[in-house]
Amino acid sequence: MAFDNAYEALADAHDDARWAFGTGFEDPLSGVDTTVPSGVDGDDLARYCLMLGDDALVLSHRLQEWCTRAPELEDEVAIANIGLDLLGQARLLLARAGKADGSGRGEDHYAYFRGEHEFRNVRLAEREHADFAQLVAVVLVLTTWRLAVFQRLRTSADPVLAAIAQKGVNELTYHRDYAAQWVVRLGDGTETSHATMVAAFDDVWPLVAELFETHDVERRLPGVAADPAEVRGEFDDVLAQVLSAATLETPQVRAKAGVAGGKGRDGRHTEAMGYLLAELQSVARAHPEATW
Amino acid sequence: MTVTEPAPSEAELERHFEHTIAKDQRIEPRDWVPEAYRKTMIRQIAQHAHSEIIGMQPEGNWITRAPSLRRKAILLAKVQDEAGHGLYLYSAAETLGGDRDDMTEKLISGRQKYSSIFNYPTLSFADVGVIGWLVDGAAICNQVPLCRSSYGPYARAMIRICKEESFHQRQGYELLMTMMSGTEQQREMVQDAVNRYWWPSLMMFGPPDDDSPNTAQSMAWKIKRHTNDELRQRFVDMTVPQAEALGVTLPDPDLAWNAERGHYDFGAIDWDELKQVISGGGPCNTERMERRRKAHEDGAWVREAAAAHARKQQQRKEVAA
Amino acid sequence: MTGEWPLYEVFVRGKRGLNHVHVGSLRAADDDMALHNARDLYTRRNEGVSIWVVKAADIAASSPDEKDPFFAPSGDKVYRHPTFYDIPENVPHM
Repeated sequence: MAFDNAYEALADAHDDARWAFGTGFEDPLSGVDTTVPSGVDGDDLARYCLMLGDDALVLSHRLQEWCTRAPELEDEVAIANIGLDLLGQARLLLARAGKADGSGRGEDHYAYFRGEHEFRNVRLAEREHADFAQLVAVVLVLTTWRLAVFQRLRTSADPVLAAIAQKGVNELTYHRDYAAQWVVRLGDGTETSHATMVAAFDDVWPLVAELFETHDVERRLPGVAADPAEVRGEFDDVLAQVLSAATLETPQVRAKAGVAGGKGRDGRHTEAMGYLLAELQSVARAHPEATW
Repeated sequence: MTVTEPAPSEAELERHFEHTIAKDQRIEPRDWVPEAYRKTMIRQIAQHAHSEIIGMQPEGNWITRAPSLRRKAILLAKVQDEAGHGLYLYSAAETLGGDRDDMTEKLISGRQKYSSIFNYPTLSFADVGVIGWLVDGAAICNQVPLCRSSYGPYARAMIRICKEESFHQRQGYELLMTMMSGTEQQREMVQDAVNRYWWPSLMMFGPPDDDSPNTAQSMAWKIKRHTNDELRQRFVDMTVPQAEALGVTLPDPDLAWNAERGHYDFGAIDWDELKQVISGGGPCNTERMERRRKAHEDGAWVREAAAAHARKQQQRKEVAA
Repeated sequence: MTGEWPLYEVFVRGKRGLNHVHVGSLRAADDDMALHNARDLYTRRNEGVSIWVVKAADIAASSPDEKDPFFAPSGDKVYRHPTFYDIPENVPHM
């Protein structure tokens, strides 16, 4: 790198890829066969990829909202890291959906030009975080659950899903640790933090049962999809460990009902979702012909 | 046992310091330094750190609305880098006895400044590109010489920062090139952003040399290596051809190549505007400070809880032992 | 109050066969947090990198040259300066 002329440094293109985590460096799909395996319904595979992709995209959005608002600069960096990892997972999964359904549509089509009812994320992912305790509660719950699902997906009959899961497992383990450590610190810390952490879990818990309900799409993809009902035991074990270290109890609150029999996986969301998408999609939709 | 040498006199210490500087060697954390050097250095590094942290806000404003997932990831990574830069710099200032809490306190009470450029609003997604190109470009011009600053920890932090900044500038320029080859509306957005950011970018180099009271001492101590006007001219000379390649017009009718000087001439800068922005009257000063203050205050209970938990863990360990 | 979060020094081994090198410092409430933050900030979470963190207050430090009286007698802060490991080779005087 040259130091007398700032602009010579710009021509110094090596290790360009270091930057923008999740934007294409170390392509986890390199060398992976991307054809839809025989006997697998491409539309169902696409629907499944959207479920998992939307969870990541929408939770990442909530983490992006924390930018410049974190309690300490070190956490600013950590939260952005988690947001970037999840965004990277979302991009791979949405792109896979466009391949699997045969439409050839790219990741941005799914992120920016679907309506609210077409999003398939669980409702907990779209939950707003009123404070840092809610952030870590949501991240702990969702990453513990997702990690258990991804661990199973590493042996999925779809090689692309398997590769995405392989990469995701390392990332999610890291996210779960970050959230678990904070839950313990806040639960055990001061009276104020303990009470705030209790309130956060009370707020989050009604949306937890939904995570473990097997969807028809998952039933139709044996060997490809992971059955979320199977991971409940693992999830409960991990949460019990963390809550106990944090001097917290498992919340005793009722699960939130769906709407007309549907929940997040069916495209029935909370009122917060419309605002989230209005923000996420605003620029892209104002300039549908544009390239960025 | 150790025999204690007589302590050197203040004058000897000062001579040793001046000698180190004259030999172009680095000052390191435990070296004796004149109090004025320490103060100047802490203030400069702290204000640089504040600029990185406040600088997250204008671009952070567009992360959730970024119009493609690739741009979103790039922007989020960039803003995260800025938090990292702030951290490197705060730790460099701490080697001179600065304290991060104290520096943050000085920032949110307005006793220490940050770069005035961040008091301008980001009004369209093109601003993300223009900030990368012009603002990061100007920052690089300012910062590259700092990689040879006389204070070792600062110089080393700057090397790492400059390297990352060059990625930032490239992504900004690349976004603008993409937008310029897009729709007519996109080209208008880019030109509008350039119109708004050109003059404030020139102001980033600080007041003109004949009105820059600290420059002489900073140059002598090799804290600064070039004057404000030298760096500003260098920036203009580098940027004009880039603007031509991009197909945008820089909003200065007086901008013209001067063959005699071998530099571009440019129009008069509105120094009153700079003074107004620096003294708190910029379009976004209040909002930027308020956001930083709120994040710091809203985080207090979290930081206290972590400290309390650490104390309890320590006590438990002691009881167990 | 962050003031209660002690300062940690961070040492990184970039790859096997190399020593741990001081890369900078950070603040953290406890060791776990320090390790986590160090990984985020200084290694970009590069797998296979080994990290040590130690409270700055626990480091015993000498002056750069024991016989050299020209270090700050009272500003005797512990060893705190970031010596980033990826300094380009062609940078003079580093």
